[in-house]
Amino acid sequence: MKVIVIGNGMVGQKFCEKLIAKKPEQLELTVFGEETLPAYDRVHLSEYFAGKTVQDLCMKPMGWYPENGINLHLGDPIVEIDRSNKTVTSFDGKQLAYDYLVLATGSAAFVPSISGVDKQGVFVYRTIEDLNLIWRHAKVARSAVVIGGGLLGLEAAKACLDLGIKDTHVIEFAPRLMPRQIDEGGSYILSQKLKALGITTHTTKNTAVILGNETITGLMFADGSILSTDMLVISAGIKPRDELAKKCGLHTGHRGGIIVNEHMQTNDPSVYAIGECAVYEGMVYGLVAPGYDMAEVVVNKLIGGTKTFTGFDMSTKLKLIGIDVASFGDPFIADEDARSIIYHDNHNSVYKRINVSNDGKTLLGGILVGDAEAYNQLQQICVNKLAIPPSPVDLIVKRGKDGGTGTSFELPDSALICSCEGVSKLTISEAVNAGNESFDAVKKCTGAGSGCGGCTPMVKDIIAATLKKQGKIIRNVVCEHFNYSRQELYDLVKLKNLHSFDEVLDTLGSGDGCEVCRPAVSSILASLWNDLIIKKENATSQDTNDRFLANIQKGGTYSVVPRVPGGEITPDKLIAIGQVAKKYNLYTKITGGQRIDLFGAHLNDLPLIWEELIAAGFESGHAYGKALRTVKSCVGSTWCRFGLHDSVSFAIEIENRYKGLRAPHKIKSAVSGCIRECAEAQSKDFGIIATEKGWNLFVCGNGGSKPQHALLLAADVDSATCIKYIDRFLMFYIKTADPLTRTATWLNKMEGGIDYLRNVVLHDSLGIAAELEAEMQLLVDHYECEWKKAVETPELRKRFTHFINAPETKDPTIAFETLREQKKAAGW
Amino acid sequence: MTENNWIYACNVADMPHNGGVCVQYGTEQIALYYFTHRDEWYATQNLCPHRQQMALSRGMLGSSLGEPKVACPFHKKTFSLTDGHCMNDEACAAIKIYPVKIQDGAVFIDVASIYSSLITSYEQEKM
Repeated sequence: MKVIVIGNGMVGQKFCEKLIAKKPEQLELTVFGEETLPAYDRVHLSEYFAGKTVQDLCMKPMGWYPENGINLHLGDPIVEIDRSNKTVTSFDGKQLAYDYLVLATGSAAFVPSISGVDKQGVFVYRTIEDLNLIWRHAKVARSAVVIGGGLLGLEAAKACLDLGIKDTHVIEFAPRLMPRQIDEGGSYILSQKLKALGITTHTTKNTAVILGNETITGLMFADGSILSTDMLVISAGIKPRDELAKKCGLHTGHRGGIIVNEHMQTNDPSVYAIGECAVYEGMVYGLVAPGYDMAEVVVNKLIGGTKTFTGFDMSTKLKLIGIDVASFGDPFIADEDARSIIYHDNHNSVYKRINVSNDGKTLLGGILVGDAEAYNQLQQICVNKLAIPPSPVDLIVKRGKDGGTGTSFELPDSALICSCEGVSKLTISEAVNAGNESFDAVKKCTGAGSGCGGCTPMVKDIIAATLKKQGKIIRNVVCEHFNYSRQELYDLVKLKNLHSFDEVLDTLGSGDGCEVCRPAVSSILASLWNDLIIKKENATSQDTNDRFLANIQKGGTYSVVPRVPGGEITPDKLIAIGQVAKKYNLYTKITGGQRIDLFGAHLNDLPLIWEELIAAGFESGHAYGKALRTVKSCVGSTWCRFGLHDSVSFAIEIENRYKGLRAPHKIKSAVSGCIRECAEAQSKDFGIIATEKGWNLFVCGNGGSKPQHALLLAADVDSATCIKYIDRFLMFYIKTADPLTRTATWLNKMEGGIDYLRNVVLHDSLGIAAELEAEMQLLVDHYECEWKKAVETPELRKRFTHFINAPETKDPTIAFETLREQKKAAGW
Repeated sequence: MTENNWIYACNVADMPHNGGVCVQYGTEQIALYYFTHRDEWYATQNLCPHRQQMALSRGMLGSSLGEPKVACPFHKKTFSLTDGHCMNDEACAAIKIYPVKIQDGAVFIDVASIYSSLITSYEQEKM
């Protein structure tokens, strides 16, 4: 079978991909492309200016075509089709015969007939070559105008912003932006948001003349007004590329486009047309998803199938310069045919409209601007004609915490979930039933979620729902080796009195462990028994930081942090740190936790460094562990004229009590001597602030990527009570949190929140307070400095070598650079 | 076919259990693992190809659906110990693996293939 494809755009490429996947016998597939580049992602064209390269944008690398037996001719357009002899002739004079011909010639930019479009500085926005021309001109342009306020026009305006043009204007002939997708209310919110980004929009504007001599200087509109500019990008729509088809007598629409039937066949049954050059039932589909669907239909037809194209849901959701815009179903239906519910929030710049049938039973369409989170759900309800709530407003306005837009609706099996790859709900649930139980597995198996990625949350929901139907309860299990949550594992390890990773694995798990369960189990063992973390049978189940009691850094050296309780340090100890740093050539930096970090230590030097630090009175700072890190303090009442209590003494007492305590994640703390809160205690896992009457105890705060303020757990308590509550709080956290979960996240997931936690800790609502205190006391009593033990035990000490067969040799590949009179790790 | 070239690495008694060590061979570094839970031995290059760090010998051992693997301590890229491919990042290069044998309590690694990749690239350059 000889198949020739004319056009190597997104749809033409996808056709090839789909065809070769079917492995038809004796296929000879030849592709002619006009552009010199292989098919690239035109949808994300504007990202070219935001830093993406041509390679990033290419659908498949050049080598993909020959690897799959495709003869690709780029930069060589077909100039003639001879339908009676079934041959095509290229610009270079190649003449080839075909059994089937597929026209995927796409479209060109539609340029309205305005006088002056041939001036310099006037561009269209369609190909990478267009973008290169724009790029060159943009260097000298201070302002830009885009004609066309549709999808592509706004993309082009974004491209102008990305090129650094701060003054960008969009001209739209219609009374609103994106006239095919949104109404005037939505357009108003969109233009407000664009304005904030530096894009001025002008609607109901008809461009009359492009001003300037050789180069553009401005635009004059039909109403006589003038807008000065030194660059114009025309993006006013598309024009199907049907000139080849016309020339060989194929039927074309009166507004352009090659007329096709439901098999994408033209009036010549051996010639097909797909993508933006085709017109089906009077309509040109200017989106990529229907184009892919057309490609699928032709592939199916060529291998003898019966699939047909019956039109396509033109619902769209996109992020324009970070602004959500979506429309689905019939966005404009109104008056006698439907009732509209409109939510218009000028304050937060959000616009939502849904159109409901007059009987209030079905959703007919809608528009979302500024917040399109509900798009997937609404579009599915609309396409599948699902029942809607008695008060449809609940679909777009959230009431209370979890009220309103729940996702507990059941989709039919036929529901199209991934429109890029055309994957239905049934295909996904079948893939799950066949054993693909993770998102990645389903993606690989079905292709769902591999295009724009917009359907990812829905795919995940379907996976979870399918597994649930199989009777598999989705539990937060540790990994493939342990079918338990961390909390269950903690209880079982304690009950069965297990002390090593292999014991735990052989008793409670399966397989050989992995990088997820090893540290999780190690943390549980440490939290339960506080045995030496690097004893032989457990050492290799620690993350490298715990295994070598130091933090691995770029290049493979380690950093060393001695404990400085409360941040209080004597001059002698400061000198000792300085001497060690000098001797072992370490980079020194003060940390955020009021101690000193020494970077760039060779593995071999760690025991020597610690020998000296221990001799100077230091202990391990556990900076390498999921453990208590520091208790920061302000100077407090000993020096400060505002201080109420001695915050430093209390911080030292607390740090010494909990030092070495292993937990699901790191724990940080601070003590402030007054309400001025210089120690920033409210950003810590537990923080203490002095009051006139005692201490206020705050819990579950953290900095990091999602900062969260700590919440008040107990007010005006004395020191002993404060410590008692911290004992209970920390132990409860250690026993019940998931692996690598900070206290803030743990509390956020806790039903009942801080009130529940307060009842457990202060009022002993679970009756476990005494147990928690006893468990904590056991850990406190079992504390020993790991580094002291490691330095004093020859068996442990000899593990700190890089080469087992050359213990004196340091890793020769480690390299440093110099910065501000200290060393730094060489770059990756 | 190249001949075997077994080098002595260390004694079984020197090895950590379910973990690795690094063996020096000329200017090369080889990671050697004693996977006691499976009673198996493996050797790979010590260099993690992801960020070019000499680190795999310090990685955690494990298995995924029965396939033994090592996780780099830097960014947790995991590599198969049987064929060296990266199991959680298709874009990441594979690592080289070497045969290991135990004789009278001593561990040996077959380094015959250690320079083969270098030779290939040199030959390609000449072409």
